[in-house]
Amino acid sequence: MSITVTEAPIGQPAPKRELFNAGLAMAALKQSVVMLRPDIQWRNPVMFVVEIGAGLTLGSIVRAALGLSGTGPRLGYLIALDVWLWLTVLFANFATAFAEERGRAQAASMRRTRVATPASRLRADGSVEATTSVGLTPGDRVVVNAGELIPGDGEIIEGAASVDESAITGESAAVIRAAGGDRSGVTGGTRLLSDRVVVQISAGFGQSFLDRMIALVEGAVRQRTPNEIALTLVLTAFSLIFLIVVVPLWPMAYNAEQYMAGYLGLSGALPSLGTDVPTLIALLVCLIPTTIGALLAAIGIAGMDRALRANIIAKSGKAVETAGDVDTVLFDKTGTITLGSRRASDFLPVGGVSQQELRIAAALASSADQTPEGQSIVTAVLADVPSQAIEAPKGAQFVPFTAQTRMSGIDLPDGRRVRKGAPDAIADYLRAQGAQVPAALTPLIERVAAAGSTPLVVADNLRALGIVVLEDTLKPNISARIAQLRQMGLRTIMITGDNRLTAATIARHAGVDDFLAEATPETKLTFLRKEQAEGKLIAMMGDGTNDAPALAQADIGLAMNSGTQAAKEAGNMVDLDSDPTKLIEVVTIGKQLLMTRGALTTFSIANDVAKYFAIVPALFAGTLPWLKVMDIMHLHSPTSAILSAVIFNALIIPLLIPVALKGVRYRPLGADVLLRRNLLVWGVGGVIVPFIGIKLIDMVMVTMHLVT
Amino acid sequence: MWTLPILLLAVTILLSIPLSRYFAWIMEGRYRAPRWLAWFERHLDTGEQDWKQYTVSMLVFSVVLFTFGYVVLCLQPIAPLNPLHRGILAPSAIFNTVISFLTNTNLQHYSGDQHLSNFSQIFFILPNMFLSASIGFCALSAIIRLFRGQATVGNYFVDMWRVVAYIYLPAAMISGIIFMHEGMPMTYRTEQTITTLETGAMGTDAQGHANPQNIIVGPVAAVIPIKMLGTNGGGFYGMNSAHPLENPTALSNFVTTFDMMIFPFTLVLMYGRMLRRKRHAAVIYSVMLTLMVVLIGWTVIFDTLRPNPAFTGNPAAHSYTLPANGSAAPAQRISVPAVAALPVDQRLGNLEGKELRFGTSAGAVFAAITTDVTCGAVNAEHDSLNPIASLSPLTGMWLNCVFGGKGVGMINLLLFLIVGVFLAGQMVGRSPEYLGRKVGAREMKLAMIALLVHPVLILGPSGLFAATAWGTKAESNPGPHGFSQIVYQFSSASANNGSAFDGLGVTYGFNNNPSPAPEAVPLDIATGLVMLFSRYLPIIAPIAMAAFLGRKKIAPVSLGTMRDDTVTFGLLLLGTIVIIGALLFLPVAALGPLAEHFGPIPFGG
Repeated sequence: MSITVTEAPIGQPAPKRELFNAGLAMAALKQSVVMLRPDIQWRNPVMFVVEIGAGLTLGSIVRAALGLSGTGPRLGYLIALDVWLWLTVLFANFATAFAEERGRAQAASMRRTRVATPASRLRADGSVEATTSVGLTPGDRVVVNAGELIPGDGEIIEGAASVDESAITGESAAVIRAAGGDRSGVTGGTRLLSDRVVVQISAGFGQSFLDRMIALVEGAVRQRTPNEIALTLVLTAFSLIFLIVVVPLWPMAYNAEQYMAGYLGLSGALPSLGTDVPTLIALLVCLIPTTIGALLAAIGIAGMDRALRANIIAKSGKAVETAGDVDTVLFDKTGTITLGSRRASDFLPVGGVSQQELRIAAALASSADQTPEGQSIVTAVLADVPSQAIEAPKGAQFVPFTAQTRMSGIDLPDGRRVRKGAPDAIADYLRAQGAQVPAALTPLIERVAAAGSTPLVVADNLRALGIVVLEDTLKPNISARIAQLRQMGLRTIMITGDNRLTAATIARHAGVDDFLAEATPETKLTFLRKEQAEGKLIAMMGDGTNDAPALAQADIGLAMNSGTQAAKEAGNMVDLDSDPTKLIEVVTIGKQLLMTRGALTTFSIANDVAKYFAIVPALFAGTLPWLKVMDIMHLHSPTSAILSAVIFNALIIPLLIPVALKGVRYRPLGADVLLRRNLLVWGVGGVIVPFIGIKLIDMVMVTMHLVT
Repeated sequence: MWTLPILLLAVTILLSIPLSRYFAWIMEGRYRAPRWLAWFERHLDTGEQDWKQYTVSMLVFSVVLFTFGYVVLCLQPIAPLNPLHRGILAPSAIFNTVISFLTNTNLQHYSGDQHLSNFSQIFFILPNMFLSASIGFCALSAIIRLFRGQATVGNYFVDMWRVVAYIYLPAAMISGIIFMHEGMPMTYRTEQTITTLETGAMGTDAQGHANPQNIIVGPVAAVIPIKMLGTNGGGFYGMNSAHPLENPTALSNFVTTFDMMIFPFTLVLMYGRMLRRKRHAAVIYSVMLTLMVVLIGWTVIFDTLRPNPAFTGNPAAHSYTLPANGSAAPAQRISVPAVAALPVDQRLGNLEGKELRFGTSAGAVFAAITTDVTCGAVNAEHDSLNPIASLSPLTGMWLNCVFGGKGVGMINLLLFLIVGVFLAGQMVGRSPEYLGRKVGAREMKLAMIALLVHPVLILGPSGLFAATAWGTKAESNPGPHGFSQIVYQFSSASANNGSAFDGLGVTYGFNNNPSPAPEAVPLDIATGLVMLFSRYLPIIAPIAMAAFLGRKKIAPVSLGTMRDDTVTFGLLLLGTIVIIGALLFLPVAALGPLAEHFGPIPFGG
């Protein structure tokens, strides 16, 4: 039986979803109040500081309301201040809760595929017992018939069938899954459209990759990634630094009060906002990086969510983050760079061998070969040779292809051993038996290879008969995709079992930076280790069991969902679409995650400059009124200046939630341009925007007569 | 006006380039010392050290130096070379002075020509100036080696030997000869009695004869070269480089200023050479240079080109209403009376507290440079700078990385750099890297600790002293100017600068002084502790950071890597320094120099 493989379209866009949704927002709102509990809030140190400040201000309000605080500022100001401090915490919690709710909604839609389904378990004696997917354990074998749902993740060990995977990929075209190849993996919840297969279950109910990813997206098991931990630490340190700036302001302002009271000959103190604790708390809250502190968790969750929407299951948040740092991408030639359906296009005999003899031998060697290449040889030969001429006689022994021998063939009962395989593999095979390789063969191989085709040498016992020319075509758009990777600063390396000449030609056409020809799983792994020893981070995709060691070794191992269980276990990501060029999306998502964090942190710190210009003159308006010249925004009054800064600081959080969730747009422009652009937008912009924002808020408050 | 700063910068830049080659050659140990010098080196070499051993050696050495200094100062009354019979300093003053010279700060809560004997100058001041100055140099060398990925960082004692014997000593010899030629004293005698030109300038005795003047002399030309080259700054005379015998001529003033700049300039280039990242170092150098040009320009413009506001007057009376902020207290009004301008020719700018021998801008230029490179020598009264001009020396000490002290300035810059790289570096879509290595949580923790120390030690004590009698009784002026004096004192201590704003009563003097400055003891102890912590924490933490960073693998450079040798990177670095610096110190700047500048007479001016 011939099996063709349907490729998922490259770079299939994720289904569009609206960013905000009333239901989600309501759920998130409730959750953000729950998160005010100190034991939960504690996990976000920056916002915890704000919560403490809001609590302390509440204390001041109570004191002022009871008339205990004497000459402090008016109650209305304190209440307004405190309300906005609490709102700051709530906005931050909302950002996190909303990202989590979105993830949860996404997960819920995926979970619909994870319901208990009927299953037919195969007993050891061959009989079938009815059970449900819940009762399955890894190792169980189940029979699935056409029209039935596959009860769990596993591997087809018998049969071949077309499967509808739209439930998990959203792609309606059926895909072929078959036993004994690299496309044997099936996912629970997908539907068998034809035939009957036996599936060996590899994950118990609720234990599959998808279940793990759902948990990750829901935030239940979300662990902070290394970069997130470092950033949290830096943000906490900044909070501490600003605490160090604000606390000494009290005695310093006290010094100014004493001085001016002395000058005015006042007997009592001259209270100013500089020694008003709630005002100093407001200054502290404005200075500490609340914007990024509030959005940090949301950015991380949104990154996972984006990965999931691209149909990529990441096994950890760290994997997504690492993807942004990848230096080198390894691509398999077949199926990634070329269409992977190599066809026999020509037969070139050498040394007086007839066309007929070469064709029959090639077809014989391929008669048990189920690969598209093998099948194409048989088909091509059948066009002008009767089928009985190439039928394998009874008692013939098939020699399957292995990645080590890189040849396959047949041992006939009459002692003939017919082989076809890679030129160097056949040459070694012949030489090992003391035979000669015809001199005419080498130039022929080179000519074929130089044209970008794959030469296969056919040998009958000790005689090399000639060459089968396999032609392959580049995937449409692949050069553009690879050029895009280069612009992102990534090196692309093509891995192929082909000889160097073929590889070089295809590499040149596809535009990859380098290639690894005549690759075996061992050379692949060695190559990976060598690159990693040079400090490079490597991403690769794979689907076969052969790929498993390399997938495990790579920093980003993207396994195809259609691949074997071993491959999926070894990698740290699984692509549900089984699209090898998905690595580009993976890297983009990783970069976007890091960029969003960097941009919002820079923005948050840059914002502080304007807040100083609003708050510092206000603090000392009561003692050093000429500092008013620093108030370049010309704010209405000291209290309105402080309130405007606090309100701006709070409002910027919900305003930036869309950026946190969608991520800062990544363009493959190279680091220099990106840095320049983002420094301008988020750094310089971060300095300028709050000047405008604070002024606007002040003006609005004045127009609405909210401040005196 | 501008000739002096331009000439100084040009000469320093020009000489720092070949010198950096020499420094790298010495610190990489590629020289072959003459036999008699190699003998010392062999005996100092205790073998290759890892970063911990190196740091411990540095600390142990510091403890020894501290003890030695303490003993020498305590022995002053009974030691030789003390014909003027100078007694023992007050205990708090000894504590402060020993730490001050150990930490390369040279904050002087005493007056060199009045309180120290030549014995103390030679056996306490001189060795401390050579040795403490080598600590920062060695620390930077260790960090460079760690960044190169070396597991061991050489030997601390050998490094110190190299710095002192092959770098400081030859340079000090050359400078010393120039200084002696210009008229700086170099003698074991302690005083010289002269008849003053203006008869009776020193008063007359009972018989009506004019009193002669006793001028303190000593081995001045031995101390001053290393005082400047090692960015120590502790003067032989209390008047420091404003004293005619400590800075006799315009040429000596030029060499003095050049001496304090040259090593900090050179070390940045040495960093690039030793790491094989010359372009990167050039970017850092340019950023520092930009800041320095701005700070020098600021001081010159606001001090030399602007009149002294104290003389300018206040044409009309006006008043300020203090906002009540909605509180129940009645609103207050501050009335400012009209003040007539004084008839002083102000075309030469603010000449108060300047040494006019050196020209009108020399004081301003010196003030900016001495604080940028954390030298701390002064040739003018910083207390008398125009208020807004005094923002420049304060800023130099707050940033502490505008070339900064030898080694430590570069180390401080690395802290800003790491923070900038960490925050903005992610904006290229990679986790942050420096020198190709990923900057992780552990490195950031150490960098932030080191970065935190400086503001804590300036703002905390400044607040404490501003609100208590410790500060308010010590300051010579109340209000913003007095506040500036307090902040300046702690900024100088924490930056290990050592220059004084003056005006703050900090001198206790001899132990038997019947009327010491009222708050000298708390100021001695507080600044002593500040100097100690701000010296060692910001050296040890970055060494540890470099050790952890150096162990990581180097990622190859690609299109996606942020380059650290571009103009963009320079702007990023500049932005980080300016923004973080402003965020830390803007409120203090507002309360001190800005309040004084914007305030009308009698609050400002």
